Amino acid sequence: MTKMHVTTTINGEPVEFLSDPAASMLDALRGPLGLTGTKEGCGTGDCGACSITVDGRLVCACLMLAVEAEGAEIGTIEGMAQGDHLHPLQQKFLEMAALQCGICTPGVLIAAKSLLEKNPDPTEEDVRFGLAGNLCRCTGYDKIVRAVLETAAEMRSAA
Amino acid sequence: MTDIRYLAPRTLEEAVGAFAAAAGAARILAGGTDLLVQMRNGAVKPGTIIDIKKIGAMTAVDDLGGGAFRIGAAVPGVVLAEHPTFGKAWPGVLEAINLIGSKQVQGRASPGGNLCNGSPAGDSVPAMVAAGAVVTVQGPGGRREMPVEAVPAGPGRTNLAPGEIVVSFTLPARSKGSGDAYLRMIPRTEMDIAVVGLGISLTLEGGIVKAARVGLGAVAPTVLLVEDAAKALIGSRLDDAALEAAAAACRAACKPINDKRGTIVYRTKVAGVLLKRAAAIAAQRAGGN
Repeated sequence: MTKMHVTTTINGEPVEFLSDPAASMLDALRGPLGLTGTKEGCGTGDCGACSITVDGRLVCACLMLAVEAEGAEIGTIEGMAQGDHLHPLQQKFLEMAALQCGICTPGVLIAAKSLLEKNPDPTEEDVRFGLAGNLCRCTGYDKIVRAVLETAAEMRSAA
Repeated sequence: MTDIRYLAPRTLEEAVGAFAAAAGAARILAGGTDLLVQMRNGAVKPGTIIDIKKIGAMTAVDDLGGGAFRIGAAVPGVVLAEHPTFGKAWPGVLEAINLIGSKQVQGRASPGGNLCNGSPAGDSVPAMVAAGAVVTVQGPGGRREMPVEAVPAGPGRTNLAPGEIVVSFTLPARSKGSGDAYLRMIPRTEMDIAVVGLGISLTLEGGIVKAARVGLGAVAPTVLLVEDAAKALIGSRLDDAALEAAAAACRAACKPINDKRGTIVYRTKVAGVLLKRAAAIAAQRAGGN
C-alpha cells in the first residue's frame, strides 16, 4: 500500500508522518506518532475515548482519516498540561477522584475542556449533555460531572 | 489488501471527474462518521476515497436573505449551530441536525452525509423535507436540482445517478408567520437512532394555516413527505379535528419495520403523536415570526 505524506500540527508542534490512506487519525496517533494518551474504546464513534480537537473542534479520532490531518491543528491529551503544570480540569479530576480505570479519562478531559471553552458557566445539564458522547463504565458519571462544575467555578473566579 | 487512494480535490469538477472515473469503486468523504464505521466493519471497501471538504461550495453556509439559505453538503452540524442567523430562520432543521450523535459527531457529521447514507432514520432528512429543501447535484451529465425527498431510494440507497455528488441544500425564503420543528422518539434520552422522527413547517396568517409540509422518518424504507397531513392542516386553525386528521394521515403513511426498539403498532401510533406535538411547537415559533 502506498503511504501518504502528511504535514500537520499536533499540540502546537509541526509534525510530519507517513500514513496508509485508509488509516484513522487514531491509528496514526497511537502508531507512528507514539501519542498513546488518546485511547481506543469502540472504534466506531460511540464512546468518545479517542476525543481530540481538530482546528478547535471536538471530534473522535477514530472517525477521521489520518490523511485528513493535512494542514490541520490537532490537539490531544498530551498537550493539555503545560509541562509539569496540570490543566485545572486534570488537577480537579485527581483531587475529586473523578476517574477509576482511567481509559475514558483522556477523552473526557478533552471534551470537558472543549465544553468550558465554549461555555465557562455550564449548568449540570449542560455538562451532562456536553459529555454525552463520552462513555464511562466505572464512575457512574457523577464525580466527573461534579469535577467539571467545580473546575468551571474555580476557573471563573480565577479569571 | 488492495490499495486505497485518497483524493482531496479543490474543485467540484475534479471531484466529479474522479468519482465518475472510479465507476462505483469510490466513496465520497464528508464528515466520515458513517463511512469510517462502514469501512471498519467491512461493509464498504472503497478503491478511492474522495474528500470533498476542500471544495468551497461544499463547506459554505450562505444566508440568501428572507430566511433562504444555501448549505454546503459537507457543512458539519456544529457550524450550523454556531451560525448567527440559520437557527433563527430554521430552528426545526437545526434541532434535527444537532440531534445527530454526540458533540464529537457534530464536529464532523453533515446533512449531505446524513441524506446520502440513505438511512430511513436520519434525523436531518424529515426536517429538510418539511422545509422544502432542494438539493443541487452535480455529475458527469452536469448539474441538476431535486427535491430532498426524491433523493432516498431505500435503506442505504439513493436515486443519485452514477457519478453524481450532492453539492448543497437550498432552503426557500420564509413568509412572515412561518415556523418549523423536529421531534424524534427514542427509547433513551440522548445519543440514539430515531424510532420515529417528524419534521413540520407551517406558515400561519391570522391564525389560519396557509402552508404546511410534513416529513416523516424511520417508519418506512425512506423518509416520507406526507402530503395528506399537510392538506389536513392547510386552511385550519390547528383545531383538534384538523390535528387528528393530520395525525391519522401520518399513521396511514407508516410502513414501519417491527423490531425490539419499536413495534409496528408503537411506531405508527407515535407518528400521530409527534405530528400533534411538533405542530404545536412550529405554530408557536410561527407566532414569533
